[in-house]
Amino acid sequence: MKVMPMTWARATSSRIADELPKTADAVVIGGGVIGTSIAYHLAKKGFGRIALVERSYLACGSSGRCGAGVRQQWGTKLNCLLSIDSVKAFERMDEELGYSRSIEFKQGGYLLLAYTRREAEQFRENVRLQQELGIPVSLLTPSEAREIVPILNTDCVHLATFCPTDGHANPFHVTYAYATAGKRLGVKIHTFTEAYDIMTESGKVEGVKTNKGTISTDVVICAAGPYSGVVARMVGLDIPFYPERHQILVTEPVEPVLGPMVMSFSRRFYCQQTPHGSFIMGMGDPKEKPGFSVSSTWEFLVEMAEEITKVLPPVGQLSVVRQWAGLYDMTPDAHPILGSTPCAGLYLACGFSGHGFMLAPVTGKLISEIVCDEEPSIDIHGLDLGRFERGELVIEPSVV
Amino acid sequence: MIDKTPGKEGKTDLSEITLICRCEDVTLKEIRDLIAEGYTTAEEIKRITRCGMGPCQGRTCRELLLAEIARALEEKVDKIAPTRYRPPTKPIRLGGIIEGDADDLG
Ligand SMILES: Cc1cc2nc3c(=O)[nH]c(=O)nc-3n(C[C@H](O)[C@H](O)[C@H](O)COP(=O)(O)OP(=O)(O)OC[C@H]3O[C@@H](n4cnc5c(N)ncnc54)[C@H](O)[C@@H]3O)c2cc1C
Repeated sequence: MKVMPMTWARATSSRIADELPKTADAVVIGGGVIGTSIAYHLAKKGFGRIALVERSYLACGSSGRCGAGVRQQWGTKLNCLLSIDSVKAFERMDEELGYSRSIEFKQGGYLLLAYTRREAEQFRENVRLQQELGIPVSLLTPSEAREIVPILNTDCVHLATFCPTDGHANPFHVTYAYATAGKRLGVKIHTFTEAYDIMTESGKVEGVKTNKGTISTDVVICAAGPYSGVVARMVGLDIPFYPERHQILVTEPVEPVLGPMVMSFSRRFYCQQTPHGSFIMGMGDPKEKPGFSVSSTWEFLVEMAEEITKVLPPVGQLSVVRQWAGLYDMTPDAHPILGSTPCAGLYLACGFSGHGFMLAPVTGKLISEIVCDEEPSIDIHGLDLGRFERGELVIEPSVV
Repeated sequence: MIDKTPGKEGKTDLSEITLICRCEDVTLKEIRDLIAEGYTTAEEIKRITRCGMGPCQGRTCRELLLAEIARALEEKVDKIAPTRYRPPTKPIRLGGIIEGDADDLG
């Protein structure tokens, strides 16, 4: 990603930024939705002096580029449990964080479409698991799906699943809501501050070096999104992890016509209508190679247009006003890496594989529990970095 | 909109009716309030207010927003990082993209 030239950075931040502290009880690297959630949750626990460093402005990375969908319809128990917890947090977030604006959480549900027999079978299995865990999901015939989304073309749809409490929120507002609530609790947020080294002594974290100075600390939490691999390498850790570009676009706003997020895994698209009225849609590209590029392409526009005019034909009448791209931070099993590392004092919260926005509330809570040496409220020992060496991967089948 | 502070009674706060972004109805006051809250980059203000995210892609408001930030920070306007232009530069109809409709692409 292109980082802003320093002359600009200084001009836009110097007047209001706090001086970088010399010491802190914890330093969070990364000012996306994950880092701000972690900083807030740590502060809420009264962990002490918390500094968050962000090399550009808040939400400049994947968080500010994402589809911001929130769903509980997952294929693994762990992802279901994590997202159930997060949905509860999104439902009361404006109040909990005392946010003066709104995170625009719209629970219009997620309608997932199965286009192959195999996918339909997988959905039946998923729904069994989800219902066991109390998720209010149901299996629908194509015509029942059309009752929920009248503009849906059900050609080739085998079946659909629908969960009415899924939805989407505004990712900028969620990040800023965590940041302002954190600040109120004493978190120091330092934007345009880049961590470029983590200092260690006999395998323990001692501090963080940034372009604005050095902070001594025993605890560093890496929430650097797709750049977490770079951060981990600062202490010589290799994490099995790669960045992958995903593209997305937004249309002009129109009257509300689409309640739920409509999504297909086999065809790799998703489409939603925001409370603002615009449609946001994206599509994965199986040919995409790992890399840090966030440029957008004409090819995406064409493929997306072809797909969406087939699935939701009236949407073809709408004009695209912007397209952009962001990075997924991919792990081999599409589950995040959460928890401690062989380097004492360094914690990871990364590898969200395209669904870190919705996991932000629960991630902040769990990481703050782990850092405070408490038993995490959801058993996530299977999500540690060690699982890759142990070969204990739990593959999530339901991703775009 | 009518100011009730002593000495200014009955006067209209012009910033409340001054539109910066016509596509998304963003007023100068909203922008000044955000700057006062500490949102001093154009990218952040754009994301909160949608200033410049409308169909015209910020053709007018982009410069006005930068000027307002520069004024608040007492900086030269060319020292303020501008928001990025995102393609397409003009709105294109989704259906037109696949039909290759010349009107839509112009
Ligand atoms: C197109 C697209 C659609 C998506 N759709 C969804 C969706 O519908 N639902 C969902 O849940 N998720 C979605 N995601 C995934 C989601 O965006 C991410 O999982 C989530 O935003 C991760 O948040 P983060 O805070 O970890 O990363 P980021 O937001 O990338 O934050 C990391 C931050 O760290 C900073 N940083 C990096 N290195 C350093 C350093 N050395 N020093 C200081 N700062 C540093 C970066 O500048 C960045 O701001 C989507 C992603 C994309 C790209």
